[in-house]
Amino acid sequence: MSSFNWSRTRIVTRTDLKQLVLARDFWLPMGILGSIFFVLVPLVLLLSITSLGDVPAVRSVADTLDVLPRAAQDQIKGDTPQGRTSYALAVFLFAPMAIVVPLTISTAVGAATLDGERERGTGEFLAHSPAGTREIYLGKLLASLVPGYLTTMVGFTCYSLIVNLIVGPEVGGWFFPTRQWWLLMLWVLPGFLLIGLSFVLRLSGKVTSTAAAQQASGLITLPLIAISYAQASGAVYGTATTTIAIGAIAWTIGLTSTWRGMAAVERHRLLGVADGV
Amino acid sequence: MSALQPPAAAVHLAGVSKAFNEKSALDDLTLTAPEGRITVLLGPNGAGKTTAIRCITGALTPDRGEVITLGRNPTVDGEAVRRHCGVVSAKPALYDRLTGWDNLTYAAQLHGVTKRSMPDRVRAAAAQFGIEHALTEHVGGYSTGMKTRLALARSVLHEPRLLLFDEPTSGLDPQSAQAVLALIRKMTSNGHTVLMCTHHLVEAEGLADHVIVLDAGTDLVAGEPRQLTRSYWPEDSVHITVERTGAGWPTFQDLSDLELLEAVRAVEALDDSTTDRHTTVRVVLDDPAAVPDVVAALANAGARLTKVLPHQPTLEELYFAVRQAAGNVDEGTARWDAVPERALR
Repeated sequence: MSSFNWSRTRIVTRTDLKQLVLARDFWLPMGILGSIFFVLVPLVLLLSITSLGDVPAVRSVADTLDVLPRAAQDQIKGDTPQGRTSYALAVFLFAPMAIVVPLTISTAVGAATLDGERERGTGEFLAHSPAGTREIYLGKLLASLVPGYLTTMVGFTCYSLIVNLIVGPEVGGWFFPTRQWWLLMLWVLPGFLLIGLSFVLRLSGKVTSTAAAQQASGLITLPLIAISYAQASGAVYGTATTTIAIGAIAWTIGLTSTWRGMAAVERHRLLGVADGV
Repeated sequence: MSALQPPAAAVHLAGVSKAFNEKSALDDLTLTAPEGRITVLLGPNGAGKTTAIRCITGALTPDRGEVITLGRNPTVDGEAVRRHCGVVSAKPALYDRLTGWDNLTYAAQLHGVTKRSMPDRVRAAAAQFGIEHALTEHVGGYSTGMKTRLALARSVLHEPRLLLFDEPTSGLDPQSAQAVLALIRKMTSNGHTVLMCTHHLVEAEGLADHVIVLDAGTDLVAGEPRQLTRSYWPEDSVHITVERTGAGWPTFQDLSDLELLEAVRAVEALDDSTTDRHTTVRVVLDDPAAVPDVVAALANAGARLTKVLPHQPTLEELYFAVRQAAGNVDEGTARWDAVPERALR
């Protein structure tokens, strides 16, 4: 087996990303999805709560904050019901989005990578190139990870601004991102992305069409999103140690799965007629 | 190095078999592509040409047999082999969203061309195939001919030792196809080895230094075109077309009188070339210099000759004769028997 060449991995990643950037039909929906989850929904929800004032509806929501774990309740800032409610929504409610959005985007990209090369006929070029299958697999995994993660980080920045500008005045100044959110975005999220993509890319290399890859990736990502949703909530509700532990588990599973995926990709799968496909 | 590899062979396949879902694509294929020459794999669709190329680069692993490419086993040393190969697939396999320049630099980078020399290499390769004017355009807007030229440019920019072309003129108009073939010929003038697949026999004619006829995944015959046709039709012959009307016709109705001439060994009627007005015969000669004597004899007898064509067997004739013999031994026994043992596997 030849040695792993990082340079070729970077070349594959860069070229795939370049193609994504040039594909308006890809990044436009991706931008819209990110905008809805990170800008539109929080903007409408937080503006509504803060502008309603101390009304019974907001007071009822504020009362429900008592069901949150003790550690989470201790984190909530604000003296007024609308301040406490909007703070809780900003910090706790939207956390799972940070996982759902990038997973959706990245798996959509990842599902079409290896299989897409085969369908377009460009897999023939890669199969005859000196690039190793492990380099191609990892290059494509990174090219799938970057759009989702980048969209999320841009969305996260917008979300932070919105939260601070709308909720900040109610709780005594800018407070977001909290330490838990930093850990979620920088430590937990990449781990979950890695798990999802490593599975999806393996599928992309096995199935016979992009449509089949998309369907199959849906089967994988839906339960993964459900798990991630719960874990993301746990990460922001719990202590920093819990968040770090969740991230560490995700990274371990993700890296193991990626390593196995790199070894599982077969060169002939890049060709149009592999195994009579 | 394998004992199977003869000297100066860029590619050697020995007893290679490959099946997809139990459907055989290659069946005990043995072939050799000599270094520095153009070898043409001739065969119908499904003969195994593309699968053979894929095994040669290591993109596919054979089920059985041995492949040696540039002195290495591509299944084991795939990266080292592919670094020295330039491949043009039947479909150009280009990235439509990228520009021509991006497509070429991608290939150059994967093949390890240095950053410093890359722009010059890309420009030179593009210029070689007359595509440099379109490098800034997206490949999706290219015509089929432009795509083929770009794919050819991509195959040579890392200066490979072995060029593998799979139906490189597929989808091109005759003029573009001729231009591409001329470029392939030009490329080999500086010592590159070319292995080209085609089912267009006219393309192979004049281009091939070495031909291998494939059918159903196995090699039927291999060798230099002239040597092969000579081994198949060892005697000199001339095709003579005579008017069926006119004063001399009744005399020469069966044309058997020709055999009375000393240099004429045999006369065969070519049924597929005979019409109501003309008949064509193949006159086998001991000496090609006897053609004027044959013509004179016919003319003196009053025959009206419309065509006299010294027979130079083409690859097309060879191809069909070989395939006919392989597919239907009874029908082609006479001709098949004429093929010397060394020309056959």
